[in-house]
Amino acid sequence: MLSIKDLRANVGDKEILKGLSLEVKAGEVHAIMGPNGSGKSTLGHVLAGRENYEATAGSVDFDGKNLLDMDIEERSREGLFLAFQYPVEIPGVSNMEFLKTAVDAVREHRGMEPIDSVQFMKLAREKCKAVNLDDQFLKRGVNEGFSGGEKKRNELMQMMLLEPKLCIMDETDSGLDIDALQVVAEGVNAMRSEDRAIVLVTHYQRLLDYIKPDFVHVLSGGKIIKSGDRSLALELEEKGYGWITKEVA
Amino acid sequence: MAAFTQQAAELTPAGLNWLADFNQRGRERWKVTPFPTRKTENWKYTSLQALADGSYLRWPQAKGAELSEQVDAIEGLDACALIFVNGVFAESLSCNNLPESVEVVRFSQANESQQQAILAKLGSIADSEKHLFAALNDSWLQEGVYLHVAKNAHVKQPIYIHHITTPEAENFAVNQRLLVHVESSAEATVVEHFSSTEEAQNCFTNAITELQLDANARLTHYHLHLEEENTLHIGGVHVNLERDATLNSFMMSLGANLQRTDVVVNHRGEGAHCGLNGIYLPNHKHTVDFHTCIEHAVPNCTTHEVFRGIIGDHGKAVFNGRIHIHQDAQKTVADLSNKNLLTSHNAEVDTKPELEIYADDVKCSHGATIAQLEEKALYYLQSRGVDRERAEIMLSFGFINELLEQLAHVPVRDYLTPLVSELFEKKFDRARASA
Ligand SMILES: Nc1ncnc2c1ncn2[C@@H]1O[C@H](COP(=O)(O)OP(=O)(O)OP(=O)(O)O)[C@@H](O)[C@H]1O
Ligand SMILES: [Mg+2]
Repeated sequence: MLSIKDLRANVGDKEILKGLSLEVKAGEVHAIMGPNGSGKSTLGHVLAGRENYEATAGSVDFDGKNLLDMDIEERSREGLFLAFQYPVEIPGVSNMEFLKTAVDAVREHRGMEPIDSVQFMKLAREKCKAVNLDDQFLKRGVNEGFSGGEKKRNELMQMMLLEPKLCIMDETDSGLDIDALQVVAEGVNAMRSEDRAIVLVTHYQRLLDYIKPDFVHVLSGGKIIKSGDRSLALELEEKGYGWITKEVA
Repeated sequence: MAAFTQQAAELTPAGLNWLADFNQRGRERWKVTPFPTRKTENWKYTSLQALADGSYLRWPQAKGAELSEQVDAIEGLDACALIFVNGVFAESLSCNNLPESVEVVRFSQANESQQQAILAKLGSIADSEKHLFAALNDSWLQEGVYLHVAKNAHVKQPIYIHHITTPEAENFAVNQRLLVHVESSAEATVVEHFSSTEEAQNCFTNAITELQLDANARLTHYHLHLEEENTLHIGGVHVNLERDATLNSFMMSLGANLQRTDVVVNHRGEGAHCGLNGIYLPNHKHTVDFHTCIEHAVPNCTTHEVFRGIIGDHGKAVFNGRIHIHQDAQKTVADLSNKNLLTSHNAEVDTKPELEIYADDVKCSHGATIAQLEEKALYYLQSRGVDRERAEIMLSFGFINELLEQLAHVPVRDYLTPLVSELFEKKFDRARASA
């Protein structure tokens, strides 16, 4: 589904990704771990198409299409979803309106009619419940004044509504209380399916107890420097990153 | 420009005898007040060049309304409507089922006691020595509306004054005047709506509104500039608030070749409150200019003022927000916020907050910002599949939506909201077409 080859990317003038390769197939769950500042979020933004995050070399193939050629919105409509590490607050735009616009945009792309408002209300309430957010959150401004954990759950709710093919979740587990972590994990597990891939960026092995990944990667210095199965995460928990960076060097 | 002053003074109203002295005083004042130039502080950023050739100095030729219905009416307001077309009262379109305890009379129809009541207040709120175009309005005055709400009356039904302009063969001027007197402990709602029938317009409107709120009176006031862009409109809203009176006023300017509004609120009795909100949305080559001035002359009054503007294309906005707290006005609580969003590189805003405080025990805050659409927010919306243009519309709308949502009258909100959306859509249709 996603094939990244030797990707180099700049943020502004600074090279952050330095030859990163990653293969993700449908049905798989990948976890990416790595030190602060190693380029995990940068990877997410490069894939999502953020301005000023510029790929300078390498390729990204998304379901047979050149991802790097697409506009931000097109990538989303094609089924790529990035759950932000820092979701953006947009006062004045109601969460509800935002979600419906997004859902309709994706539906239009899939050749479907806009969703009926009443039906959408129902659906949105359902998803709120699934992530344990009161449906009052639908009326508030997008992420406006949401607590850290509420923002993360709002990201997950969007993901559930948009039903993407590829979910990149950037530290969606950070800042969640223990119960919320479980709610999020359940939500993500419910979305696991044969035709969907999930990439989890996380600092905590704990999340991986709930969502069992097929692969674990270490991203450091702008590259994937080690890949393995779930046991790698346990090893990292125990030993930190030092030993791998040494091993690679 | 001296030529304009002279020519405008020569344009005289058909005239009501009982107003002749009033007209004359206005004319004298107009003649001795120098016409603003770019060096005149209050007109520094707004050009009056469009008036200079004097072509607007004639009264409309048509003597009555040619309209068969009230165009662009605010639906569902369940109001008592008074409709004027090019300044001429359109009887057939207007309502006459007045709520009890309200007196609405046109100056031309006023009986002697009403004339006395009008003359007692007229010009006492709008200071034509300080406001040049109020002086011109005085001198041109022939028709106006006097609204009187009796003591203790709670009038639910809004009084809706709708001024419609239609094009004529030649440029023309319309002079409008509204005088409202809400007596003590009475409550009312006044909607002033300015609109035009079609795109082609050639009207210069000079409008003055005077609002007198006696002790403990409450007035909800809307002042909606929704005319087509080829109009020129200079107007003033002048308010006196007596003890414990409350004014909640909302102003909107969609933008036109010239839309200048001077708002003056005088806190004259302790405990008075002024809530003043406004939205302006100039684009194309529009100029919208709001000069607001809140005079806190007595203690214990409050002011809450919020203006937001979105300026696109080659549009220009001027906002001057003055709060003047006199020496005696202890315990004043006043805040003013003006936020501007520029959606084009050619758009311009000149915002100047002016806080003058001579009392020591007051709470005041004052802020003005100018920003562009936030790239991060656009990205977030786009990353959810929303296209760039739609994202820009959503953010623009979000910027002012808060003020629309606060409107006390749902029909007004429901009327304005799609209008604003449409404006943004149009703008982006143009952007797309030219891309
Ligand atoms: N606009 C920018 N200009 C310069 N450097 C930047 C910019 N944005 C990010 N960076 C740098 O890029 C590097 C990678 O940042 P990134 O956010 O991808 O790290 P991360 O792996 O997600 O870290 P964390 O675990 O803390 O979230 C950091 O050193 C960061 O300071
Ligand atoms: Mg990060």
